Amino acid sequence: MKRLAARLLAGVGVLWGAATLTFVAIHFSAGDPVLAILGGPDAIPTPQQLAQVREEYGFDQPLWVQYGRYVGRIAQGDFGESYRLRIPVTEAIGKQIGATLQLALSAALLAIGLALASAVLTAKRNPWVRRVASASELVLSSSPSFVLGILLLLVFSFQWPVLPPAGSNGWQTLILPTIALALPIAGMLSQVLRQELEDILEQPFIAMARARGLSQTAVRLRHALRHALVPLVTLSGFIFASLLGGAVVTEMLFARQGIGRMMLDAAVAKDAPVVLGITLLAALVYVVVNLLVDVLNGLIDPRVKPR
Amino acid sequence: MKPTNPVASGLARAGLRSPPGPLPGNPALRAMLGLLRRPTRASPLATRGDATVRPGLALAWLFLIALLLAAIAPHWLTGVDPLAAAARNAYLPPSSSHWLGTDENGRDVLARLIHGVRPSLLMGLVSTAIGLGVGIILGLAAGLGPRLVDGAIMRLIDVLLAFPDLLLALVIITFWGQGLWITLIAVGVASIPRFARMVRAQTLVVRDAPYVEAATTLGRHRAAVVLRHVLPNAIKPILILATIGIGHNIITGAALSFLGFGASPPAPEWGSMLAMGRNYLANAWWLVAWPSVAIILTVVSITAIGRDWLARSEGKSR
Repeated sequence: MKRLAARLLAGVGVLWGAATLTFVAIHFSAGDPVLAILGGPDAIPTPQQLAQVREEYGFDQPLWVQYGRYVGRIAQGDFGESYRLRIPVTEAIGKQIGATLQLALSAALLAIGLALASAVLTAKRNPWVRRVASASELVLSSSPSFVLGILLLLVFSFQWPVLPPAGSNGWQTLILPTIALALPIAGMLSQVLRQELEDILEQPFIAMARARGLSQTAVRLRHALRHALVPLVTLSGFIFASLLGGAVVTEMLFARQGIGRMMLDAAVAKDAPVVLGITLLAALVYVVVNLLVDVLNGLIDPRVKPR
Repeated sequence: MKPTNPVASGLARAGLRSPPGPLPGNPALRAMLGLLRRPTRASPLATRGDATVRPGLALAWLFLIALLLAAIAPHWLTGVDPLAAAARNAYLPPSSSHWLGTDENGRDVLARLIHGVRPSLLMGLVSTAIGLGVGIILGLAAGLGPRLVDGAIMRLIDVLLAFPDLLLALVIITFWGQGLWITLIAVGVASIPRFARMVRAQTLVVRDAPYVEAATTLGRHRAAVVLRHVLPNAIKPILILATIGIGHNIITGAALSFLGFGASPPAPEWGSMLAMGRNYLANAWWLVAWPSVAIILTVVSITAIGRDWLARSEGKSR
């Protein structure tokens, strides 16, 4: 319990640091910070907008008052208003996040499924099987989502048109982006899982289970796999970060709705509140995921001792 | 007997959260470094593959050498001007006169690919150098400085780690504008946390080594000890990681160019070639296929060579 509290505190600390960093970004941006929020040096904001932003961020106040206000607003979940969409950033994110969650969730499931299957099927098998498996893992984990996505589009939407090339309505439009997003992650996970599984298969309790008469497959599925899941949980933070980074490119490539695409459009249009809002949301989810990983690891494996 | 090896124990320290079981270090970090084969419990069967000649690795070296040649002197490999447009040659499929076809302006794809090596590799190299430079400073300060400094730097690293690479890069681009240099810096900054943690972990390993103690006892100046003894001994594993990191940064850089934040359009660069080719998927497959293959092969080669180097430095493939 005490450990959890310490973790929680550290997580809040990271979020506070993240908010501070964005504050620094606003104030050290190239040019006027008021303009940075309203669309960069090329923007032509109306006098009302200028006055509103000055009021909202308190740019006429001393720096520490501005900082206090800024962190206070963020702590309340208020990321300001998108100057481009003219709605609060939280509302804009709320509208788009469903599509991204759908994509990220299906990609995560596919990646984990593929990695588990590949690890169980190839760990400690014939050297040639392993060689082919590790070569394809290397290629997959070295292939960025946008490259895989383009190649998938080329083959399955244009050369051999079986799947729609763009859009975010219906399950057909989800297939290609999911594969493009999942494959690099699957390659990375599968390397870790197979290594873990191979180590576990050398443990005495595996030999014991075999001696009890369980088949090789049953041993793998019932005994070894359970232990190999531990690193998978620990890797959740990495999976999440890859999914979110990949979502920016994948959503753009497949012309899908979602916060990745929104982030990209906002970065192009210099819509700072949206960019910062999504970034801070990513940091929040990262912290929460790592907190959950900690708790889960403690539940799965009581040997994990607090430090 | 359990061999102690500096990289493995350094990694164990780099992974702040100690994972359960026998696995030392943060598995994500291990996976990215390719530190997948543990030296301890290697059965004879498992190591047999390593002892044989590895044709894949030889191919990776060959490809890398070709890339370096193309980066240094692209005109040696192709006599064709990558910017020479000829409207009536547009969209020619691969043939004997244009091996990889021509693009929408009739420019030779092969020539553009070859001339695109330099910006694409530079993107990975320069951004890695930026990340590594700042990472070394932060990591050394954290590993050698007082606890307060260590704590402050590691918290900063924790905060930076909370932002996914690409999002951090987009934030930097939003506030400091577009352009090749901003993109390079953005990719470099995104890789600072990885390097800083590695340098700190390595420094912690080397810091307590007898030769450092000896140098300190002999009355050497602290800065001299750091520069002459700590850094050179900590640097090798870090350089290996940086090599693998170049592949990672080439991907991030190409992704940013693909999104339109990198090199300006007429210049040949793989990411922007893909972005252009994307508009002609229906009638010219060669516009996207070759840059894709180039990116994947480059990253695969660099990663394979980096991992092999890492394995060798740990004395695994004897």
